[in-house]
Amino acid sequence: MKAKQRPLSPFMIGPYYKPQLTSLMSIAHRASGVFLSVIGAPLLLWWIIAVSKGPEAYQALLGFYGSWAGRVLLAASMLALSYHLFNGIRHLVWDSGRALEIRSAYTAGWLVLIASAVLTAVLLGVLL
Amino acid sequence: MSMSNPLARARGMGSAKGGVQHWLAQRVTAVFLIFLVAWLVYAMIVLSGADFATARAFIASPVNAALLIVLVIALLYHAMLGLQVVIEDYVHHPATEITLQLLVRAGAFLGMALGVVYILKIALGA
Repeated sequence: MKAKQRPLSPFMIGPYYKPQLTSLMSIAHRASGVFLSVIGAPLLLWWIIAVSKGPEAYQALLGFYGSWAGRVLLAASMLALSYHLFNGIRHLVWDSGRALEIRSAYTAGWLVLIASAVLTAVLLGVLL
Repeated sequence: MSMSNPLARARGMGSAKGGVQHWLAQRVTAVFLIFLVAWLVYAMIVLSGADFATARAFIASPVNAALLIVLVIALLYHAMLGLQVVIEDYVHHPATEITLQLLVRAGAFLGMALGVVYILKIALGA
């Protein structure tokens, strides 16, 4: 059976929707989650395994964290972690039925961005 | 006017299956992870620039080892549920989707097992 061409709402990325803080933060929550799953979690596991294996493996890990690529991945992971943490709390508040008005969504959105920037700066200041 | 009750009319009409359990598990792990990630941030600050012996002693402490095990399991379970939904939403080719879903599950469970084994090795001094 051939599917009928029914009208669908257009995909979020494209010329149809104006970018808004709320929509961009929504997709950034997913993007940061995917990044943490694919890059962040392996970095954490690598750290655990290196500490278990011994001083040489640990030095190799520190060498990578000090390298150009390592610094970029570490910095991106800290940004993703901070953002996903604070925006996740924003989502949990929504799930409880609170702060669903448009004004609250924007206020909480800016608070999340500020808190993420501060935590990322602290972590990068300490780690890099 | 229909003589059937609302539940009878709703049954069989929609896609609702086991979504509530998934939704809830995503949020329960999220709540745990707020506290566990706060602890991880503390650990990263304490251990930044630490030498091997210091890092090992930190993980070897029973409370830290236990927290790290719970963190790894909660984190990878939360990641698995999240990636599953992202794949469901954006990957529409059935064979690719099933392959990715299996890879996500395998990766998450393997990561949990590896994390627990290596943390226990450190904690037990093996």
